[in-house]
Amino acid sequence: MEFAELIKTPRVDGVDLHRPFMPTVEGTLCLTGHHLILSSRQDNTEELWLLHANIDSIEKRFVGSLGTIIVKCKDLRVIQLDIPGMEECLNIASSIEALSTLDSVSLMYPFFYRPLFEVIEDGWQLFVPEEAFKDLESMTDEWRLSEVNKDFSVCPSYPSLLTVPKDIDDESLCKAASFRHGGRFPVLSYYHKKNGMVMMRAAQPLTGTNGRRCKEDEKLINATLCAGKRGYIIDTRTIAVAQQAKARGGGFEQEANYPQWRRIHKAIERSNVLQDSLIKLVEACNDQSHSMDRWLSKLEASNWQSNVKEILTTACLAAQCIDREGASVLVHGTEGTDSTLQVTSLAQIILDPACRTIRGFEVLIEREWLQAGHPFQQRCAQSAYSNGKPRSEAPVFLLFLDCVWQILRQFPCSFQFNENLLIMFFEHAYASQFGTFLGNCVAERVKLQLSQKTVSLWSWVNRPQELERFLNPLYEPNNLVIWPSVAPQSLLLWEGVFLRWNRSTKCLDEACQEMVHIIEYNKELQNKVNSLRRQLAQLETEESPLQTP
Amino acid sequence: MEHIRMPKVENVWLVDRSSSRRTQVGTLYLTATHTIFVGKGSEDRNELWVLHSLVCNVVKHKASQSGYPLLIHCKNFQVIQFIFPQESDCHDVYISLSRLSRPEKYEELYCFSFNPNVGKAEREHSWDFLDLKAEYSQMGLPNKLWHVSPINREYRVCDTYPADLFVPKSVTLPVIVGSSKFRSRGRFPTLSYYCKENHATICRSSQPLSGFSARCLEDEQMLQAIMKSNPESRFMYVVDTRPKLNAMANRAAGKGYENEDNYCNIKFQFIGIENIHVMRNSQQKLIEVSALRSPSMGEFLTGLENSDWLRHIKSIMEAGLFISKAVAEEGVSVLVHCSDGWDRTAQVCSVASVLLDPYYRTLKGLMVLFEKDWVSFGHRFSHRCGHLIGEAKEVSPVIDQFLECIWQLMEQFPCAFEYNEKFLISIHNHIYSCHYGNFICNSQKERKDLCIKEKTHSIWPHLWENKLDFMNPLFKPDQSQNQGLLRPSTAPYCFKYWRRLYNRFDRELHPRQSELDSLMTVKEETQQLEEELALYEQKMAVLDKEHAKTLYMQKGVLDSKQALWSLPLDTSLANTPQDYISGFIGGAPNVFTLQQGERESAEVCLYGDKTKSSDADNSDQESGVADFSSHSSGEESLPSEESVKDPDSDETGPNRA
Repeated sequence: MEFAELIKTPRVDGVDLHRPFMPTVEGTLCLTGHHLILSSRQDNTEELWLLHANIDSIEKRFVGSLGTIIVKCKDLRVIQLDIPGMEECLNIASSIEALSTLDSVSLMYPFFYRPLFEVIEDGWQLFVPEEAFKDLESMTDEWRLSEVNKDFSVCPSYPSLLTVPKDIDDESLCKAASFRHGGRFPVLSYYHKKNGMVMMRAAQPLTGTNGRRCKEDEKLINATLCAGKRGYIIDTRTIAVAQQAKARGGGFEQEANYPQWRRIHKAIERSNVLQDSLIKLVEACNDQSHSMDRWLSKLEASNWQSNVKEILTTACLAAQCIDREGASVLVHGTEGTDSTLQVTSLAQIILDPACRTIRGFEVLIEREWLQAGHPFQQRCAQSAYSNGKPRSEAPVFLLFLDCVWQILRQFPCSFQFNENLLIMFFEHAYASQFGTFLGNCVAERVKLQLSQKTVSLWSWVNRPQELERFLNPLYEPNNLVIWPSVAPQSLLLWEGVFLRWNRSTKCLDEACQEMVHIIEYNKELQNKVNSLRRQLAQLETEESPLQTP
Repeated sequence: MEHIRMPKVENVWLVDRSSSRRTQVGTLYLTATHTIFVGKGSEDRNELWVLHSLVCNVVKHKASQSGYPLLIHCKNFQVIQFIFPQESDCHDVYISLSRLSRPEKYEELYCFSFNPNVGKAEREHSWDFLDLKAEYSQMGLPNKLWHVSPINREYRVCDTYPADLFVPKSVTLPVIVGSSKFRSRGRFPTLSYYCKENHATICRSSQPLSGFSARCLEDEQMLQAIMKSNPESRFMYVVDTRPKLNAMANRAAGKGYENEDNYCNIKFQFIGIENIHVMRNSQQKLIEVSALRSPSMGEFLTGLENSDWLRHIKSIMEAGLFISKAVAEEGVSVLVHCSDGWDRTAQVCSVASVLLDPYYRTLKGLMVLFEKDWVSFGHRFSHRCGHLIGEAKEVSPVIDQFLECIWQLMEQFPCAFEYNEKFLISIHNHIYSCHYGNFICNSQKERKDLCIKEKTHSIWPHLWENKLDFMNPLFKPDQSQNQGLLRPSTAPYCFKYWRRLYNRFDRELHPRQSELDSLMTVKEETQQLEEELALYEQKMAVLDKEHAKTLYMQKGVLDSKQALWSLPLDTSLANTPQDYISGFIGGAPNVFTLQQGERESAEVCLYGDKTKSSDADNSDQESGVADFSSHSSGEESLPSEESVKDPDSDETGPNRA
């Protein structure tokens, strides 16, 4: 298919672009296969380049022959284009609609994007399971790297290499896989160096109504327990939801069959509920009425903050079991690709200082989200403004980022990165020139040959020029476990995402710059003082070698 | 003291409300001024000092297995729970505290017994720290249009107004007297703020006694004179800060609001801020929400909404913004009033001043604003703060709302204020603590009659001495958006819950690392480095002279040396290098890492519903991590606060009673 077929009018002059808190720009609107471009063709004016993939929905309005298109983006921005001429406007609108809803992944921009920078470090090699395993081996010899899923046949949503208990052979793994939803048998997620406890993740066991059991599954998870120790199974669903799952062949671990494990049920919402929550929250944030009651009741009704609290609480619980109770933990929900990953990845941010560095955080996303099979393509196909019928869209990853932001706010000196990095990940998960978030699992990415045909987001982020924007000036490595507060009073609305386009950030940006300035000036002075001190010491020894003690 | 039935009780439990595992046993002392709890047998100074004047109420709870609980709610939102082993002890403390916390006479207040180690001259001097006359002249007054009227020198025209008042030069004494007779409590229109740049003013008064049809020529002349004192403008605004319905109801009582037909060239405007009773109830609900123990998000947000608190804050901010825009953008003068002109009027005038004038965003400026718009203009501190036992209906958080408006502005303009949040909280604490004389009584006249200046100390020099703690490290007065009028957004989502105030003592709810503290440490360190650098450069210069040639050849000496050359030689600095060396040698000092004491607390986690969801085996996970430090003065985040023992107070120890 040619993009040209979809572009009915490639170019319109005299278009007005309105954006909140920015002056109106008049210029030429161009449509390309992947971008909506508005250029005033004057120097010093910023051009608008908008990826079609970033467009969530559009609305058209006409006043006489002047048409207006309201473009609502997945990054929650809303812009307005005033287009003279009804026909042009209709053409543009239908072109945008067609181009922003392309079904085929291979037509996406990452397959066409050629970087203007030199790739120094290939982001596709950011996380290599073999190397990570070497690190693990240096701490414990109880695990092995299994190739049982080499061709993705045991579990289509898992990567090809998986870390499993050493004493469990591949045959048992296959049997355990057949007992777990989607074949997602328990695998290692995190090893807590401090006390040797582990966190595993899986999907729900397929006990069904007649209480099926699987000896291999039991053996597999028991193999992770020290002698005489008990572990915790954190089921991210309420007991009622878990009970209902039995009717559909799912279920939960029966005490009788897993006597060494204590099961705890939490109440993280299912993904379709989360999507609804996002839509309501964004609607509340965009409400133009000036009523305080309306704002607070809409915020409350969206349930977004409750979701943040529940996810964070569950992650803290998992971390607490590991660090404080000295117990190993198995986390799962239903499929093990959504709430499970929220919990395991957040728990690692709490427990592991490495995850609070930029690189460590990237590795965490790569390992616990991309390779662990979070279906990004499905979840991020639409955002809060979509008119379309929701399929499997859900802001699961955005909620995770929100929770990270909450911890970052509470420990502003313990993270190497700042809020901008989180916002950037949110944007790229929904629309990007990079291939990183395409596909739903490793198998799909291999099939799409993403690592050959597209550029990795990490190749771009990890360039020193880019990294600077994401550095937290207050960062000072903190090797402790960090326990956030999950009280409602402590959890804030993530304004950087949800109010980003609704307010002027001039004064807040100024504060960030001033913070950087204060720290940099301090470092500069330290260097000067140190170098002068050395010079002086040297001079003094030269001066009077006999007097120095 | 005759009210203390029980000076000392042993084996009392102090309950940490956030975690039962951090409960402490110790001895409780009642003194004439404080309740003191001394934790038993630990090396840290586990002491809790609570001023009786800060106690809002004392409640006995039903006996439990562990003993007889007593709850103390404080005006600074601290809640303290003791458990007594003996019912009689609990009752005695309850009776004593109930009496001690409700003084009947001003003389019983702490400020009259507070006696720090300063001489009489110094104490008197403390009252000269702020000079309102000088402040008005800073504002550009008196000038050819405005002067101080001697009319209220003896407080005869209006006993709740200050002695010195600015009125238009053109009004005669009979006009002032006539106008004052036409205004509630004689509070005639007088100047609050004057804008040097465009001559627009903010004036304040109480409501006119207009009833349904009454008018007063002198009052009309008064307003006319105020308008004319702003030569450029054709009209003035009269802002009634009450909801229209309330103002109309007042007409039946012979009060009311200005009739536009009777006054020339006024534009009349209602703003709709609710009265003190609505505000009191609203804050009560807010306090209940803030004190909920492990609420769900829904409970918290619904509670916040139902309290209406943020809606009220928003209405005050909008009123302030309206007035400040009228003055700064339109150059139009504004007369503000409510009913009596000492609550909403004070709020709105002072919020407008903060928005208009960068001076009020400095430490000194905010102090002046308090003295001017609140203290001197007769905000009824004693009634509103409940300093003495009396009408509960008179109590209202009017001043809290003003402080909160500033805090909300600080959230929107992080670089526009010289002071930080701690300054606001500290002022809040002192308004209620009765530690200093500034906020005692209801008017200037009452304070004079009570000889406040002779018998008590002023708060302002004390705060000024501690100003390092109150500085905002991000303050950038030179930035254009921080000069002139601040234009805050008043969209509902810009108003936030002030956790630092309402959950001030719930340490586990606050960020475990503070951006503010970190930046302050860095700034302090930067200052030391600057001094050290100057010292080294001097040394270098001395050596340089001797070794000039060789040195320049050997290394590139710092370029900035030339500029620093000119620094005066400070010999006292020359004696101190090793102090710095121990601190700074070997790379960056770890200013951001957690201090030892914080390490423990960083590891203490409190998940409200954790015990609910897991089960019994799982519930004692934090044992062994005792954290009592939130009450020990060493850890207190506000160094100059009195919730703990005041560092500069002259109190003898716990045994004083």
